[in-house]
Amino acid sequence: MSDLETFRAEARAWLEENCPVEMRTPAKGDDDVCWGGRNFVFQSEAQKLWLEACVAKGYTVPDWPKAYGGAGLSPQETKILRQEMAKLGCRSPLNSFGIWMLGPALLKFGTEEQKVHYMGQIARGEIRWCQGYSEPGSGSDLVSMQTFGEDKGDHWVVNGQKIWTSYADKADWIFCLVRTDKANKYHGISFLLFDMETAGVSTKPIKLISGNSPFCETFFDNVVVPKDQLVGEINRGWDVAKYLLGHEREMISGMGGDGGVTSIGAAMKAVLSEEPVLRAQMALFDVDNLTFRAHGERFMDEWKTGKAHPAYSNLMKYVGTELNKKRNELVMSIGGSQALEWESERANGGSKARNWLRTKANSIEGGTSEVMLNVVSKRILEMPGA
Amino acid sequence: MAMTLNDDQNMLRDSARDFMASEAPVTHFRKFRDMGCKDGFSHGLWKQFAEMGFTGILIPEADGGMGMGQIEAGIVLEEIGRNLSPSPFLTTSVAAVEALKLADKAMRDRWFPGILAGETVIGIAIEEGVKHRPEKIACVATRSGNGFKLTGQKQFVVQGASSDMLIVAARTAGAAGETDGLTLFAVDKDAAGLSMEATRLVDSAVAAHVKLDGVQVDADAIIGEVDGGWSVLSKMLDAGRVGAAAEMVGVGTGAMDLTFDYLKTRKQFDRVIGEFQALQHRAAHLYGEMEGARSIVLKAQSLMDEGHAKAELYVAAAKAKAGLACNLAVREGLQMHGGIGMTDEYDIGLYMKRDRGLNEFFGDAYYHADRVATMNGY
Repeated sequence: MSDLETFRAEARAWLEENCPVEMRTPAKGDDDVCWGGRNFVFQSEAQKLWLEACVAKGYTVPDWPKAYGGAGLSPQETKILRQEMAKLGCRSPLNSFGIWMLGPALLKFGTEEQKVHYMGQIARGEIRWCQGYSEPGSGSDLVSMQTFGEDKGDHWVVNGQKIWTSYADKADWIFCLVRTDKANKYHGISFLLFDMETAGVSTKPIKLISGNSPFCETFFDNVVVPKDQLVGEINRGWDVAKYLLGHEREMISGMGGDGGVTSIGAAMKAVLSEEPVLRAQMALFDVDNLTFRAHGERFMDEWKTGKAHPAYSNLMKYVGTELNKKRNELVMSIGGSQALEWESERANGGSKARNWLRTKANSIEGGTSEVMLNVVSKRILEMPGA
Repeated sequence: MAMTLNDDQNMLRDSARDFMASEAPVTHFRKFRDMGCKDGFSHGLWKQFAEMGFTGILIPEADGGMGMGQIEAGIVLEEIGRNLSPSPFLTTSVAAVEALKLADKAMRDRWFPGILAGETVIGIAIEEGVKHRPEKIACVATRSGNGFKLTGQKQFVVQGASSDMLIVAARTAGAAGETDGLTLFAVDKDAAGLSMEATRLVDSAVAAHVKLDGVQVDADAIIGEVDGGWSVLSKMLDAGRVGAAAEMVGVGTGAMDLTFDYLKTRKQFDRVIGEFQALQHRAAHLYGEMEGARSIVLKAQSLMDEGHAKAELYVAAAKAKAGLACNLAVREGLQMHGGIGMTDEYDIGLYMKRDRGLNEFFGDAYYHADRVATMNGY
């Protein structure tokens, strides 16, 4: 057996032994997902055991170095582990903005001390992070942001407001873009980390069209942030933010089709067989879905070998989020009047309708589809103009 | 398998790219079109394909070929598509070879040497109506002497009238609509009772309407098993489909590159039109569609090469997606070229015509999307 085949056999055996049976079914909803953090309450003993087993093995972040809480797996090994997890239907042991976004940025821009401390906490699921980027007047034009950190020698005093902060009311810490030089637009922003329990931080959930409140407004009133909580160089936070947005786009495009390659059509056969036009739409969606999976696989293989264009994640974000919106439109059409029910147990508390509405944000958050197309056009296709 | 080309495949790509660009660029296609060539391709170029090793790319090494897979055949097809290079490669070296690989040694020895030498052309006689319906084959083969007598008609037999042999699918049992009871035959072009009417298509390819009027074939003309031809036919069709999809990736990419170059040079309102966001967004969307098509085609090729159980599903999805994306590329390309896109002088219209032909070949995007739905259980 080759080394990779040996690894596959070992990974499978480990998963068989350590992944509780209850964790081999899809999560029933957002409340059933393990997010970790100081205030997290496990939904079941199995959820807790699964997290602990993965933490001990480094499998919450398998491709991170061992020194920072990972398992130090190669890209091929990581791919194999994910394939084996998918085969057994294993849930992700830990969902986390720390894993998806902050970790990769720390790995590239953090000091050794920061990597050991913060990445270790992330890997162990001890700290739940949120992201402070958008402001009320700075959406697509993010670089116009105003939240200001006044230099007080060994610390900054931060004042301002963020918006669309995902789960800010549940997060322990925030990674936040703060203006540290008012004279310099791009080179006047710093990337700071601070505790959400620091005096002067407050949050207010925003009720969305889905009826849920995954986002908050976040206010900073004279918040003290020590200087060692800066990531990268002062006033060069935009570089970190851009790098991290690339990961956010990958993440969102990855979420873009939560059903994997499996078609949702088979379960809906009774409806589809009587509605040929709807069935045709579903068929064309399946073609696009299989295409997106293959595209994502090819992108990751090229990305890991350094062959992908640096702006390519913008394309994946565009394609993946538009696809997910289309999927949810089809789910609503196939579901008919039952999918309209907002509260009933029969309709699982309106989950189809709420998910459908939630996906409308996919092509807005993390860079709108229009901004993605601008970036693809200018950076990859090298179209002229500003 | 990693979804990237390996070093050998990259080398093949480079040599195929250089070869098509220098020996068979769009000007080559125009030359043969304008002279009203009865074959629709150059026999000299077909010989050159052989010298490059392309014609035997899928022929097993034991039979004197390169013994490569669909990924490698697709690399050549993409360059053919990009340059609109006219050749029997898709029908002869891809579809026919895939069927003949499943034939007995005598049959392989009869046809492979000519294909390897770039001397033999083989036509695929499957279609009996204007749309692709392989399971509806009604052409009849009745037992006669030590073989069969074939009666029926076929159409859209690309390069049929230029072929040395036709692979004919006929019914030896069962009724139209059943997959059991089909048999594939290798029918010599000079067989008594076989007649053809060559007809030029929109993309200047030449296809034949074929009449089989009691054509007698011996038992040694059978490819595969009597009544069990569906498995050979399926392999041949899937190779042709994934090949056509790869060629469409080339056609679409060629059309897209032409168009993007045009956007960067054409000026209106004192600006290069590529500066307009209305066009930039459409260009970026098109690029995404073509990238998706390229990915699903590579996935389908690699699953076929692995003999994976899901290969059939992915081939159907790849033919559908490549068809839709390539079609978008030529439509957007022509529109973005504006008025000159309508002229025969500019190449974009040639790409549009080629796309139409390839989309129809072995089942269009709607046919294959329907198959995806069926295979996915609804």
